[in-house]
Amino acid sequence: MKIINIFRRVGSFAENKDIARDIRIKEIMPAIESGKNVILDFSNIDAATQSFMHALISDLIRKYGNEILDQINFKSCNENVQKIIMIVTDYMQEGI
Amino acid sequence: MTIIANPGKITANMKIHLPNSAFIGNIDPFLKNIDFSDNQKLEITANQNWIAVHPVVLSMVAALGFPVKPKNIICKTLTAKSAHYLQRMGLFKFLGTESGINVEEHEPAGRFIPLTQIKNSEELSYFIKEIIPLLHLQPFQVDPIRYVVSELVRNVIEHAASQTGAIVSAQYYKKSNRIAIGIVDTGLGIKKTINQSYVANTHLEAIRLALIPGITGTTKREGGTEYNAGAGLFFIKTIAKVNHDFFMIYSGNALYKLLKTGSSKLHADPFDDNHSKSDSLPLWNGTVVGVDISLSETKEFSELLDLIRDVYSKTIKERRKARYKKPKFI
Repeated sequence: MKIINIFRRVGSFAENKDIARDIRIKEIMPAIESGKNVILDFSNIDAATQSFMHALISDLIRKYGNEILDQINFKSCNENVQKIIMIVTDYMQEGI
Repeated sequence: MTIIANPGKITANMKIHLPNSAFIGNIDPFLKNIDFSDNQKLEITANQNWIAVHPVVLSMVAALGFPVKPKNIICKTLTAKSAHYLQRMGLFKFLGTESGINVEEHEPAGRFIPLTQIKNSEELSYFIKEIIPLLHLQPFQVDPIRYVVSELVRNVIEHAASQTGAIVSAQYYKKSNRIAIGIVDTGLGIKKTINQSYVANTHLEAIRLALIPGITGTTKREGGTEYNAGAGLFFIKTIAKVNHDFFMIYSGNALYKLLKTGSSKLHADPFDDNHSKSDSLPLWNGTVVGVDISLSETKEFSELLDLIRDVYSKTIKERRKARYKKPKFI
């Protein structure tokens, strides 16, 4: 199990897409490819942009299919962060 | 066009006039009167009695004047009592010129963000973390503001190829309890960006496409690239729409303006919203975005996200269906 603390990387407002992409490429994907499950920990994140979330997870769904959502858990998301995640996972699955 | 006498030479200036009032609702005459003749020189004139303008206007003046050498910027002496506002917003400092304004009394600290240039991701993160809090707003009021600034400025950084980055300014208006934001660049403009993946024959059509969720200049593929979804402008238009606020985009010769009136129903196609548009304005090389956010009427951000989710999914389904091949029955 790989736990990734988002707050430590971006602070309370998750908007930096460059960091999101880095997290995906350098941490999430290697963990997934080695068969581990991933917990994305959003504790202390007040808000996130759709662009940040897109850069973080959209390519995972495109590359691995929507089954990847069985391997990723989103922890301690507030209501708005949950909704942003749902928007991105919805439109990515609609587009598959 | 103004002709400036110069021994042995006649030069046509780029000219901009600050009227007594130019906010998003009545900005059209201001835009029509901008003269982009010669981008080496800039002449700034203003209404003699009163100047009250949206921050987007100041961001435009700053963006136009930024690449011009200060010695080539002619600013007529400003006599309007309210002209000190331009100084307070940092316009003359930004342009490297003298204002000629004698500030008689010290202005009380206001809730505003002076003209700021943002060129990269680090500067944007700093701006969001350190500058936006200077507006001294409640957390629920800050959410849409930092969202709008982040998405718009990232658009500039990623797509505009603007040498001067994004020029940002904002003002809080106590009486109407709203925040006005202007974000301007002098980069490629929306048409060139969208045309990398979609056919838009006019600047207005390019603006329309850019506002439809899921359409990005970076790819034609549904869902965007791993880095771009084509949803940023749609989100921002939605924030303005559901709160009955003004929102404008000016790029090339085209202006799209979301009007305050009309139903709150969310549409994927911006032309289905109550709007005004024009495609015969002076050619702005780059993109100008202005938005107002009413703080007293700000709809809960979570409600807004529900609306976006519904419309976004529906739009993608419709777009996919439109691409279905029809069986041939013979």
